[in-house]
Amino acid sequence: MSESTQTPTSSRDVGMILQESEDNRPIIEAIEEDNPECSISHTPGLVRITAPGRLVVLQESVEEKLGREWETHEFQMSIVSYFGNIQEWDDDEIVIAWDH
Amino acid sequence: MTLAPEQKKTKKPKKLSMKARYEALTRGLDWEPSYVDKDEMFPHLDYEGIKIHDWAAWEDPFRLTIDAYCKYQAEKDKRLYAVLDGFAQGQGHLSLTDASYLNAMKIFLQGVTPLEYAAHRHFAYLARHFAGPGPRFAALCQSIDEIRHMQTEIHTLSNYNKLYSGMHNWPEHFDRVWYLSVPKSFFDDAMSCGPFEFLIAVGFSFEYLLTNLLFVPFMSGSSFNGDLPTMTFGFSAQSDESRHMTLGLEAIKFLLEQDEDNVELVQGWIDKWFWRSYRVTALVAQMLDYMLPRKVMSWKESFELYFEEQMLGGLFEDLAFYGIKPPRHVEDAIQEKELLSHQVYWTLYQFSFAAGFTTTMPSEEHLNWLSESYPDTFDTYFRPLWDKEAKNRENGGRHFAPGLPQLCQVCQVPMLFTEPGDPTTLCQRESEFEGEIYHTCSNGCQWIFEREPEKYRQAWLPVHQILAGNCGGPTVPDVLEWYGLQDGDAGEYLGSRDHQNWVAWQGEAAADTAAPSETKAGA
Repeated sequence: MSESTQTPTSSRDVGMILQESEDNRPIIEAIEEDNPECSISHTPGLVRITAPGRLVVLQESVEEKLGREWETHEFQMSIVSYFGNIQEWDDDEIVIAWDH
Repeated sequence: MTLAPEQKKTKKPKKLSMKARYEALTRGLDWEPSYVDKDEMFPHLDYEGIKIHDWAAWEDPFRLTIDAYCKYQAEKDKRLYAVLDGFAQGQGHLSLTDASYLNAMKIFLQGVTPLEYAAHRHFAYLARHFAGPGPRFAALCQSIDEIRHMQTEIHTLSNYNKLYSGMHNWPEHFDRVWYLSVPKSFFDDAMSCGPFEFLIAVGFSFEYLLTNLLFVPFMSGSSFNGDLPTMTFGFSAQSDESRHMTLGLEAIKFLLEQDEDNVELVQGWIDKWFWRSYRVTALVAQMLDYMLPRKVMSWKESFELYFEEQMLGGLFEDLAFYGIKPPRHVEDAIQEKELLSHQVYWTLYQFSFAAGFTTTMPSEEHLNWLSESYPDTFDTYFRPLWDKEAKNRENGGRHFAPGLPQLCQVCQVPMLFTEPGDPTTLCQRESEFEGEIYHTCSNGCQWIFEREPEKYRQAWLPVHQILAGNCGGPTVPDVLEWYGLQDGDAGEYLGSRDHQNWVAWQGEAAADTAAPSETKAGA
């Protein structure tokens, strides 16, 4: 990926919706800690996390919270929806941001 | 907190990075045809006018490989079927808020499940016909996802079919019953497009733009109304949906980046398919505001959050980079958010004698919630209708509309919508094509009709078909029989078979829990 797509160019909100479950609680905690500007809202069964410009899920933080190994692919079990663009989905991180 | 094992940081045996693994497993496996040329091998890629110069530029942000795909899909199914087992064994259906809640699920099974199957078929076609391995693989995964959704929906809702009406004949309902021609014609329209238009229609407009409006309310609604299996199915499907959204967004960016000439074509498709998809969500709007005994959020709130804020405020600003503008007629949709659910439910209420679900009048508490949720419109335009209907009902005259509604030639919704900015005047557009007059319900549908009149003149309109004698006979009972509706499927909810059973079962449950304490008191 080129440099230009990696730097966030916009501060418009991006977000993700996760299933509210026991399995996901540590993941949500990790996201909250790694994205200090994020805000969280609840509807029945769901948690919506939004943040200006960029949201990141870090493997290391999630593993620490879970106390076990966790591949970023596993995030598919948690995510219900998102808005923004998946800019990176790699071994160590998932990044959601707008391109422009 | 459990202690993390110490050896956690000693990493597993070295393997390729996710990116390298994805490259290795999905690229370079293609072959160059030797005894046919490429155009013969992929014959459907040129006629729409889309220009693709480099298929390898397609990026899958999920970097999904077949091994990872199978592993996680299997896990999703395992979780779902565990819930279904527990539900069946524990008589879970009795913990629903009310049996009337299942009307929402009947519409879902009749109207959405067949679309999953249609999507499965058409993504399989794309998986054969795209000339690049990246999009072919993404389409293949989506095709498998869609058939999984269909199967899991059938399995999930079959638990209710044993006990409740309206779910026993959905594939035939989908082909025959009037309101189901709305989702059916939508998807038939998409499947009869070229491959790129289909991708913008379903992959982008439906799956990215409007999917949240369709699925998130259904899931939160089921969660809030005690329907654990549907909620679990919903999560299981929706976790695939985020992949489908990615495919849709990737598709549009790919087309826009490949050639500047694609921009105008893509814009036209967005304009058309936004409105087509939006009209299908009319059924969801009424479900959210009228069919859930315990409310999650209003249609208006949901539209503002998932569409205006996320899509208009976020996505279209992003697409502006490519010269893409927000969809044509989006202003009409925004204006309509105050009216849509009320107008649609009022119509379904009157025509539910010919439907695979039942309707009833909102309770006082429910009407108050609607007034609060729609302070600018409900008390002025809609509450008076229900006040009048309350009087009818008191006098034993629950209102059904005996005639057949006129349908829009494009979206096939009855012509129930009003003029933009004037909620008291019905909107009716006329277009002439080769000497015939065609009616549409809105500026959006008229624009779509006039763009491709030779396509939409062929629409199979349920009401026209009844009048032409193609639906079992000339009378309402003839038609209902041809629909395959049975006693208890249609009409008024209060006093219906489902309602009577529900009251009896709840009585038994109350008696069961009351019994032990009585014995105790007596002892």
